[in-house]
Amino acid sequence: MKRVTSFARRLAVPTLSVITALIVGAIAIVLTDFDAYSKLGTDPVGAIAGAVGGVGKAYGSMLAGAFGDPTRIVTALQTGNPKDVASAIRPITETLVAATPYIFTGLAIAISFRAGMFNIGGDGQIRLGALAATMAAIFLAGKVASPIILLAALAAAIVAGGFWGFIPGFLKARTGAHEVITTIMLNSIASLVLFFALRSPELRAAGSSSPVSKNLQPIVDVPNIIALPTLRLDYGFVVALIMAGLVSLLLFRTTKGFELRASGFSLTAARYAGISAGGSMMLAMALSGGLAGLAGGFMVIGTVGQLSLDISGGIGFNAIALALLAGLRPSGVVAAALLFGALTQGGKLMGVQSGIPFELLIFIMALVIMFVAAPGLIRSIWRIKVAKPAAEIATVSPTGASEAGTL
Amino acid sequence: MRLELRDITKRFPGVLANDKISIAADRGKVLAMLGENGAGKTTLMNILSGLYRPDSGQIFIDGEELVFADPVDAIRAGVGMVHQHFMLVPVFDVVESVALGAETVTDRIGTFDRAAARKRIVELSEQYKLDVDPDARIESLPVGVRQRVEIIKALYRHSDILVLDEPSAVLTPYETEELFTIIRSLAAGGTTVIFITHKLNEVLEVADDIVVLRRGRVAGKADPKTATRQELANLMVGRDVELIVPKGPAKPADVVLHMEGVFVRDDRLEMAVNGLDLDVRAGEIVAIAGVQGNGQTELVEAITGLRNADSGTITIAGHHTEKASPRQVSDLGVAHIPEDRGRDGLINPMTIAENYILDSYHKPPYSKNGIFDLKAVRERAAQGVKDFDIRTPSIDTYAGQLSGGNQQKVVVAREFSVPVKLVVAAQPTRGLDVGSIEYIHRRLVEQRDAGAAILIVSTELDEVLAVGDRIAVMFDGRIVGILEGDDATYENLGLLMGGASFGGGVAA
Repeated sequence: MKRVTSFARRLAVPTLSVITALIVGAIAIVLTDFDAYSKLGTDPVGAIAGAVGGVGKAYGSMLAGAFGDPTRIVTALQTGNPKDVASAIRPITETLVAATPYIFTGLAIAISFRAGMFNIGGDGQIRLGALAATMAAIFLAGKVASPIILLAALAAAIVAGGFWGFIPGFLKARTGAHEVITTIMLNSIASLVLFFALRSPELRAAGSSSPVSKNLQPIVDVPNIIALPTLRLDYGFVVALIMAGLVSLLLFRTTKGFELRASGFSLTAARYAGISAGGSMMLAMALSGGLAGLAGGFMVIGTVGQLSLDISGGIGFNAIALALLAGLRPSGVVAAALLFGALTQGGKLMGVQSGIPFELLIFIMALVIMFVAAPGLIRSIWRIKVAKPAAEIATVSPTGASEAGTL
Repeated sequence: MRLELRDITKRFPGVLANDKISIAADRGKVLAMLGENGAGKTTLMNILSGLYRPDSGQIFIDGEELVFADPVDAIRAGVGMVHQHFMLVPVFDVVESVALGAETVTDRIGTFDRAAARKRIVELSEQYKLDVDPDARIESLPVGVRQRVEIIKALYRHSDILVLDEPSAVLTPYETEELFTIIRSLAAGGTTVIFITHKLNEVLEVADDIVVLRRGRVAGKADPKTATRQELANLMVGRDVELIVPKGPAKPADVVLHMEGVFVRDDRLEMAVNGLDLDVRAGEIVAIAGVQGNGQTELVEAITGLRNADSGTITIAGHHTEKASPRQVSDLGVAHIPEDRGRDGLINPMTIAENYILDSYHKPPYSKNGIFDLKAVRERAAQGVKDFDIRTPSIDTYAGQLSGGNQQKVVVAREFSVPVKLVVAAQPTRGLDVGSIEYIHRRLVEQRDAGAAILIVSTELDEVLAVGDRIAVMFDGRIVGILEGDDATYENLGLLMGGASFGGGVAA
């Protein structure tokens, strides 16, 4: 019972943040409905009704875009026509496709933050992982069997991303260089490395004037979960879920995870306990980079199928908010990634169907993040009472996580 | 009656902090509220100062019932609070800090009338002999003076009910004496003073009435003219406590900790320990006495591996440890109770169970090949909580949620959860109440009798005299004299601590 209530309390603020963001987003949709403005003079009631109806339509299409139309899914399954089934369940599979890199990168950020390292370099680590996977795939093409290329590409992604994460970890542990600065700089370096690599004829798509790689799908492709045409959802999603489980085990069931969390909370106490804080920093950053690299790897040899300059698409930064929304818990990361995936995916259909610009969706996602970052604001809006002693204790760790994990 | 609290009850989730507490204090009287940490003293005073609303109960001032919606109401009614942690702006001067929030202005655009504020502050300072320079910057003032600035702040707001929350916790003995003089002069001027503390000597010295709280209730009232320390301690803890833990004579055996010509630098790279020699044998308690800042911290860090010795010899059970890591030292069977438990000894946002294994998490039975055996961790931690009487709802409670005494018990329980050859305890009872002090001292004596060598570093003479079999006085990074426990007195220790060379002491 106590477990249930504490679980509910943990969910309250993130859930209300999302709801608040959707409400504020609705106001923004109404206010940006210029048709309604023009009608306001002649038909005020109709204008307001139209604007409010616009919100309903927008969120309705967002839901449909994220999860599909349930009646359509049922009828499609009844007829059994593969084409119908595929197009009916496509929205929800695309939500999972969008969620996959968020899970990997969210876990990456959670690990580093747990160890007290502000890894702002997720984007660069994704890029390097994607580049390494692309290079492995292209260089091994035709030389070894496709499953081996698959494994090699993923291994390369982990190693490259991990190395890119290890650098700031090493610099911090050995020289005290602040990881926020080094990871941001390494992001820039990573995009330039990518740009340079995509100029080479070996990687660049033949005859393409824009910096994109060859199509990797003929060489290697992560197998799909559902073998239907047009569906992209592949086993990368399953691997992401497995990783969430593994990260959870690492953090809460192993001594390495204990060292990592202890040094994240208190460097002095970690030292007293005989823990090498520098070692924990380097390990956490290498693991973090490896996971982010894996996000990039799965995109280029799976759902996206080729490497482009903007392969990371800001995921490395959004994942920071996502990890905080998740309370730095692996299970929370999965939930938050699904939410982000649904918002991204649903927003696309919302844009098409209701004419609401995609920018407004980004605005709503930003609101979610902002409200999550300001739990006090959400508590006061929704009048959630916090027990006084608990508030005094809620020691906010240097990582910004207010929820501590427990053994 | 100037002030009366009647049947005040306040409940927090899981705790009944105040259970029908009634107290009363007259004009010009000093009421001492005595109680252990967590007895409900601070909660009660937060209710009086308008920070909390009571669940039930009434507040009367001059016979009139008042309801405080916020601290402003309480200040208006004349209640001033001096918190344990001062609420002053370091870069402001005294006048600015005192007037902040209660400024008088000279014109309509709101220019601060500094001259008027300064004049009143000087008057108050002279009237109550507070001796505060109104133009000094807060950050340049010693702690004792800052506290007096807080008192002026309350008086400036016309408070004549002054609440002092653990005022002596941050003061040196001399500053405490000064504070008592001020309290007496305030009372003589008609102010009602409520003095919260857990120190027995203080209440006997300064109070007109004593109320003892225990676990949220009034455990009893006492008259300072007739009450004894022992009676008050028993009342506070709810059983007979030993103010001085009984112990048999030491049976010193082999040398466990040997130090010769030890030099250690501090963080500024200046020499803090200057050629120190000291041996601690199995079966004895050696207490290092000394004024804070004479190299004790650096010495303890050097012994426990947190700091490298610059030169000299340190051996533990025959092993050289001058450059050893904390883990290597710990693996030799050394228990370390650190000086600052919040900084080194505990991780507040981790649970009791996690803190219980903080320095042995990597060893069986807690883990094997890097994987935790959660069942073993939980069983051992639960056992530790039981053995050491740690008051906590569960082992999953965060360490930061415990009272200071219980936090220290977690540290001690952990350090004594494995067999130890040497115990290094720095300020082991700092900030703890009588019950916890007795408990910790008992455990230290127990370890001694089980054959461990014990080194205690303390700035409290009471503690040094209570537990030390031999007392070494540290001054300027050296041991300036060692006294047998029986020969040591406040006087000869005080002389040595001040740096006087002392003929009667045995050279180290």
